[in-house]
This record gives sequence, C-alpha cells and structure tokens, in this order.
Amino acid sequence: MDFLSAIVLFSNFVIIPATTYGAQLALGALGITVIYSILRFANFAHSELMSWGAMLTLFLTWYFQSVGINAGPLPTALLALPAGILGAMIMALATERIVYRFYRRQRAGSITFAIVSVGVMFVMAGLTRLMIGPDEQVMADGQRFLIRAIEFKRMTGLNEGLAIKTTQVITIVVAGALAGALFWFLYRTRSGKAMRAFSDNEDLALLSGINPDRIVAMAWILAAVLATLSGTLYGLDKSYKPFVFMQLLLPIFASAIVGGIGQPVGAILGGFVIAYSEVLLTYAYKKFATYLIPGDWVPEGLLQLLSTNYKFAISFIILVVVLLVRPTGIIRGKVL
Amino acid sequence: MMKKLVYSVIGITLSGGIAMADDVKIGILMGFTGPIESLAPDIAAGGELAISEVSDSGLLLGGHSVVAVRGDSTCVDAAAATAAAERLITSDGVAAINGANCSGVTTAVLNNVALPNGVVMISPSATTPALSTAEDNGLFFRTAPSDARQGQVMASILGNRSIKSVAVTYTNNDYGKGLADSFQSSYSAAGGEITASVSHEDGKADYSAEVATLASAGGEVLVVIGYLDQGGKGIIQASLDNGAFDAFMLPDGMLGESLTDAFGTDINGSFGTRPGSDSPGANMLSDLAGSSFNASGPYAGESYDASALILLAMQSAGSTKSADFKSHVEKVANAPGEKIYPGELAKALRIIADGGEIDYVGASAVELIGSGESAGSYFEMEVKNGKFEKVSNH
Repeated sequence: MDFLSAIVLFSNFVIIPATTYGAQLALGALGITVIYSILRFANFAHSELMSWGAMLTLFLTWYFQSVGINAGPLPTALLALPAGILGAMIMALATERIVYRFYRRQRAGSITFAIVSVGVMFVMAGLTRLMIGPDEQVMADGQRFLIRAIEFKRMTGLNEGLAIKTTQVITIVVAGALAGALFWFLYRTRSGKAMRAFSDNEDLALLSGINPDRIVAMAWILAAVLATLSGTLYGLDKSYKPFVFMQLLLPIFASAIVGGIGQPVGAILGGFVIAYSEVLLTYAYKKFATYLIPGDWVPEGLLQLLSTNYKFAISFIILVVVLLVRPTGIIRGKVL
Repeated sequence: MMKKLVYSVIGITLSGGIAMADDVKIGILMGFTGPIESLAPDIAAGGELAISEVSDSGLLLGGHSVVAVRGDSTCVDAAAATAAAERLITSDGVAAINGANCSGVTTAVLNNVALPNGVVMISPSATTPALSTAEDNGLFFRTAPSDARQGQVMASILGNRSIKSVAVTYTNNDYGKGLADSFQSSYSAAGGEITASVSHEDGKADYSAEVATLASAGGEVLVVIGYLDQGGKGIIQASLDNGAFDAFMLPDGMLGESLTDAFGTDINGSFGTRPGSDSPGANMLSDLAGSSFNASGPYAGESYDASALILLAMQSAGSTKSADFKSHVEKVANAPGEKIYPGELAKALRIIADGGEIDYVGASAVELIGSGESAGSYFEMEVKNGKFEKVSNH
C-alpha cells in the first residue's frame, strides 16, 4: 500500500496530461462556440485557422531565434504570439469578406454555411502546407521542464516521478486567463453585450441599432484570437504538424456539442469532459493498482478499458450518445 | 527480306544450340523493369560477375563454360515473372536461377516454376519471413536475411545484456507488426517477459497515451519498432518527458543521425541493431567490380554470392542437375572449410575438385541457416555521448 506513489503516478500520467489537453480543447471549442452563436453555423475551418495562426507564430519564432531574441525560460513563441494573432485575424476577416459575406447576404442556411466552411478548411490547409511543408516542426524552446521526473523522485524519495513541463503550465495558465478575459468581454463590455444580444435574437438586436457587420467582424476576431492561442499552445506542448489539426476537429466539435452548443461555459466544460474521458478510458491501471492492492491480488492484465488506438473513437462515441440522449448538451444550449 | 529474317533466326537458334552443348546456363531473373529497375542492373551485374569469373577459370566440372541468361521478374507482376522464369527453364534450359528480386514475385516463381520443374533458385533480395516456411523441396535459398532474423538478433542482444523484461511498441504496418512478432516470439522463447505490446500510428502529434500504457506495464527497456522521423520519435519524446523510460532498444528503422540530433545525451545507453558486417568481402567485391558496376549498391553483393553458391555447389556435387547439387549449397556456404571471398572462386573450385572443403563467405558474409537463408549480419549499436557507436557484430 503506497497511496502517495499511486497519487503521483496518477497525476503524472492522467491528471496533468488530461488537464492540459482539456485546456487546449476548451480554447478550440470556445472558438467554435463564438462563431456558432453569432453566425449560426458549424465552422469546420476552425482547426485550420488554429494551424494557420500557429504557423505564423512559428515563422516569427524562427526569426526571433535567428536574431537572438528569447524569453528566457519561457518559449520564444509567446513573444511571437501577437503577430500570429494579427495574421489569423487578417485571414479570418478576409474569408469573411471574400467568402462568408456573400452567403450571409443571400441568407443561406446553416448547412450551406457549414459546407462552405469545409471548402475554406481545405483551402486554408493547402495554404498552410504550401508555406511550411507537411513535416513536423519543433516549436518549444527555453526551459523544457518545471520539474523533471528524476528530480522529483530524488527530492521526495518516492517510487514514482512527476514531470511537469513548462508548456503544460503555460497552457493551463493562458487558457484560464483567456477564458476569464472572454467572459469579462462578453458580460461586462458594451460590445460583448451587443454580441450576446445579437446571438440571442438577431431581429431585436438589429432593431436596437446594433450593426450586424461589426458584430460579425468581432466574432471572427475573437475566433482568430482563440484559434491562434489554442493552436500555438497545442504546438508548444506537443509538436506542430500541419496534418494533426484536421484530426483535432472531432474532439473540438465533440467538446462544443457535449458542453452545450453556443454556451461558452459549456465549451470549457465539454473540453475537459472529452479530454478526461479519452485519457481515463485508455489508461492502463495496472501499475496504479499495484500500489493500492496487496501484491497477490493484482490482476495479470493491464487493466485497460480500451486500447489507445481507440482514443479518437471515444470522442465520437460521446458525441453520438450526447446527441441521442441530450442533444442540448450538458448546459442547455442550442440544438445543431 | 523475309527469307533473310528466317535464315538469321535459324542461324541464331543453331548457334545457340551448338553453344548449349557443354555450356552451363544460369538464369539471372531480376526486376529490370518496374519499381526497382534502377537497382536491378547492379544486382544482375553482381550475379554475372561471379558467373564469368567461374567460366574464365575453366575449372568448373572439368572445364565447362558458364553463360548467364537474363529474364525480367518486374518485381510486382507475378504473371510476367512466372512467364519469364518458365522461358528461362524450358526454352533456355538454365540449370539454376539467381533470383527473383521482390518477395511477392519470388514466391510466385518458386511455387509455379522452380518447384514443378525442380530447379534450384537462390534469391539475393527477397526478405519476407513467409519464404522461410514456404514449401520448397530444398530448392530455394536466399542470400538475403529474412526480416524475422532481426527479431532473433534483438532478443539475443537483450539476453546478453541480462534484460529480463521489456515493453514493446510497434508502428502499425507490415514491417512493424512482422518485426514485433518475430522479436516477441524469440524473446519469449529465450525466457524474456514482454510486459505490453502496443501499436502506434505514425503522423500524430502526441503519443502520451501510448506511453502511459507502456509505463503502466513497466519493463527495463522500451523496444521501439518504428520510424525515426515519425511515431517512433514521438514515442521516445513522450517517454523522456514523463520519465516513463530512459533506455530504448532501436531496430534498423530507428537508427539514424536525426534521432541522436534530436535527443542527444538524453538517450545515452540506448542500443539497437543495424544491418551490415565488418567482413572484408564487400570491399573485395568493389575492387573486383572496379568501375563496371556499383558493387556496394543494395543486394549486388548478395547476387554475386547467389551465383557463386550455385556454381560451387555444382562443383561439389559433380553435377549440374538441381536434384544433385541442391543439397550441396549449404555445405559450400557454411563451415567447416577454407574461407572464400570474392575473386577467389577459382581457388574454391580447385579445393573442391581436390576433395577439400570450403566455407563460402563472399561479399555479404553468407551463413545459411534454417531453411537455407542467409543468417544476416547486424551491428549492435549503442548511444554513447549522444552518438551511435558500433559495439559488436551479430
């Protein structure tokens, strides 16, 4: 019986990675939610906007590295973020101006919009791959670890190590700060209130003199900020690969829908539900059990519910179950 | 015009027929067209070099000359390869075949042509483990090692290092699965414990879930059967990050500079296998070939060895009939006897003629094992100070 080691082990392999991943998904889902609330369509191009913003950040990071600018123990990419966000805003506003505005004027249905966004996704993905190539790129620099597993073992004398990466802490802190700022904007500022009013009832909002083009532009700007940050944080914590973002689309959408589509709080909740489900269901509990169960009783198997190959299937299954059982999501949102 | 053509055809056929009287013919069945067409010329040239060496010596079975006849195995088209082999045996009358190149067509030629006609076939480059167990009546050999061989070498390296339990992760394709299977069966047979075997998909950004499973299972070393620029690297990164494993076993797909460039001294003490040997044979073949072809190209040396083994086995058996000399192939390839390197075929023929024994080493350090396939030579590599270094040979 070694409760401490069990807790450390569980933190190292489940709690810390799942929380980080959850924060990344939550930011992505917030972006989907913002666009859904204002423009009322599922924006499939959001993951590629993440990739685009992260790529621009990466380009500037490389420039900073080449001229010797760095952020000390923090990753240089954090310094390059503002430029990446700006680039993503330009991209988002340009697609709005060139593509979506046409369909908005036509008052096209949400299905049309969703399909249009799939087209935008492919164009954006192609652009990104043309510019940076299909290969994996290392984004993180600076001090890699806050605590290394070996140091932790030495310090505490426990059997299990706990590793905390700098990028994991940055991800959680930035995601928390950004979510806070978003709620402050939506609930405390005039523009935010106008956005919520527009989302609540478009016609009434128009009657009260709210300019729809301005609201839509603000929604895209918010989406670009969220996308660049989530893309960059994901790239920092894992690695930047242009092909990965299309795979991220499913868990991000699942998060937004599970939480309650159109509900910012729901998006954050959904992100963590999906992330924890993926990690908890595919984790092998054998070693965890050996610390809690007397030696002879520990089962032979790995105590793993699902093979890690099914990781992506989990968000899909949760999505299907939620849509069947409670289509509004955890916090009652709109129905897609 | 037509008459001329008919005469010339008859002339050619006749001259061919006359030459056939005391010529020994060896088929060179290679993928001259298709996916390996850039490699095939060197492979064929290697095989033909041994043939001309024996022919020039005038010592084979009391002075037979030897002629090479080419056929196109295409590498991918089993029907075309079968037809080419059929032509070599029934129309050209070859005594044995050096070929074919790729695993799939080699299996087809063996089953459809070599086996029914009872002709010996030595492939210089087919590596699928499936050929180890194929029904061959003792007619099929290969101078290339089976992919299964590396698994055994890996198991024996772990045994030498007294590592009793390992976790295994493999890339989810034929290479990864095949090598993982052969490694696991050899390692288990040697008494090692496989704590977990988890596949991974290439092209993901995050492998922490796979590593968490492997870490929970435990093991002294993580065996990473994958690609160094793909998922294999991601697995190592995630393992180092959360402190799950700090030593790795790396088979051929993982051994490369880019891995040590990425991780440096973090993976000190990790070790692996790389095909190759210190045998002087490869250099000797390069000297022998000069500028006529690239003898250090893939499987050119194995092809030289395949032709040499066929002819030396004939000399040993005193016959050019496959049924007679098929049992002599392993005898000339393996110890005991005097070691024979490229360029020493005349010496070998003389030794056999005088009743002595030879141990053909050749360009690729041939040692036939099991059902008549090259044992395969591997370097054991280890990461020391952030660089791969050779430790020993297997």
